[in-house]
Amino acid sequence: MTPAETVAQAPAVTTARPVRPGLFACTVILLRKDLLLEWRTRARLNALVFFGICTLLMFSFALGANAMALREHASGYFWLAILFASVLSLSESFRVEQENHSLDGLRLAPANGRAIFLAKAIGNTVLLWGLGAVLAPLSIAVFDLRVVMSLFTLAFIMLVGSMAISAAGTFYASIASNARARDVLLPILLFPVLVPVLIAAVKATTMVFEGDPMNQMESWLTLLGSLNVIYWGLGLVLFPRIIEDL
Amino acid sequence: MADAAFHIVDVSKRYGPRWALARLTFSLERGKSLLLTGHNGSGKTTLLKILATAMSPTLGKLTVLGHDCHEGREPIREKVGLLSHASFLYEDLTAAQNLVVLARLIGMTDGEADATADAMLTRVGLAKRRDHPVRQFSAGMRKRLAVGRLLLKRPELALLDEPFGELDPQGIGEMEKLIAELAAQGTTLVLATHLVDQGKALTTERLHLEEGRRVEARA
Ligand SMILES: Nc1ncnc2c1ncn2[C@@H]1O[C@H](COP(=O)(O)OP(=O)(O)O)[C@@H](O)[C@H]1O
Ligand SMILES: [Mg+2]
Repeated sequence: MTPAETVAQAPAVTTARPVRPGLFACTVILLRKDLLLEWRTRARLNALVFFGICTLLMFSFALGANAMALREHASGYFWLAILFASVLSLSESFRVEQENHSLDGLRLAPANGRAIFLAKAIGNTVLLWGLGAVLAPLSIAVFDLRVVMSLFTLAFIMLVGSMAISAAGTFYASIASNARARDVLLPILLFPVLVPVLIAAVKATTMVFEGDPMNQMESWLTLLGSLNVIYWGLGLVLFPRIIEDL
Repeated sequence: MADAAFHIVDVSKRYGPRWALARLTFSLERGKSLLLTGHNGSGKTTLLKILATAMSPTLGKLTVLGHDCHEGREPIREKVGLLSHASFLYEDLTAAQNLVVLARLIGMTDGEADATADAMLTRVGLAKRRDHPVRQFSAGMRKRLAVGRLLLKRPELALLDEPFGELDPQGIGEMEKLIAELAAQGTTLVLATHLVDQGKALTTERLHLEEGRRVEARA
């Protein structure tokens, strides 16, 4: 069917003003939009994965052929690769909103500011988690790691780690996207806040490969969980104000 | 003032040290259409953005469609449409996808959104480009799609910032027709343009700005 035929069959526009979607429905609509954008620009997505792989491999080259040291620090390299890649994906997800002031278009639609935050943060979580799913097997192969705990635990650590990076990152990317030096500003703002996330995620991930004789896993995961509560909570409260008062 | 489309009192807007609007007082009845004129930099865009609640005035009071702008912007935004210099379009989404996102946000179901998007694309003459990404569009086509976005919302107050910009003569003619249709449907219009003749034919009221102040229009 050609577009013209589709139009011919289209029902007339209804006259009553429809009821606007609530927070959850609005988040779903915006998340679908963001994922659709990612899919339609998947060349950039491939570049992101490639960047992550490169970063990971560069660490191993930098350290040379010291298999012991590589294995010991593998989790650190893994999370640094995700963290560096996250800067790219986060600034990209706000660049598409700045290009034609689409974010203003969303605000005036009007879309709920908290829904905009949730959609961006969830979308970036999905992206970083997916990146982790590519980098994890690669790290295991390259650094010759043995998985002592379950892969499910690893997937869970990757999820809470990605969530924390994405929530804080979405918040700061929205601030940085309005500055002229946005590409430099985002990591400067974001990395200091993510130090505790990095420490906790690296510790927990190391235990997946080296075992957890002291039963510390739970405390690191609790820390990651608490950081998530703080970042997502602050994001939900502050993000709508940030995008309003520019 | 219940039936005013908007009512502003002493509205001023400052960017850094410079006042873009200075103590502007004006009101427009519902169903009327206003021609907003003035040289480049006289504050037209600033006024439209303030009316659309895209930005807040530095000073002054503002009521749009019966809602005070300090008591929440969402009720105003639901009923106001802004055709801005910026198109609000996503470059990497298709024409149809851009409209569907907005249609979903204002509460249409997937089916309604698709049908409405197609109807709008036909109305603005972009049906053949339905599935092309906006990145491949010319400036005039973007303008048309941005108009489709505005019409889709069926605003009670339509704020049009330079609607004839970037359009070819045929496009200008079609735009005039669309604006006339909007006015005929009872939509309150504010039309900022430097094409005074076209503007005058489409509107009943006039507001002329000079350096952010209201002055009597000479032309
Ligand atoms: N974002 C901004 N930052 C600083 N000055 C601005 C900004 N936007 C507009 N201005 C200034 O405000 C004045 C009015 O601008 P504008 O409302 O765009 O005028 P018009 O639409 O009538 O051409 C101009 O002097 C312009 O330089
Ligand atoms: Mg202007």
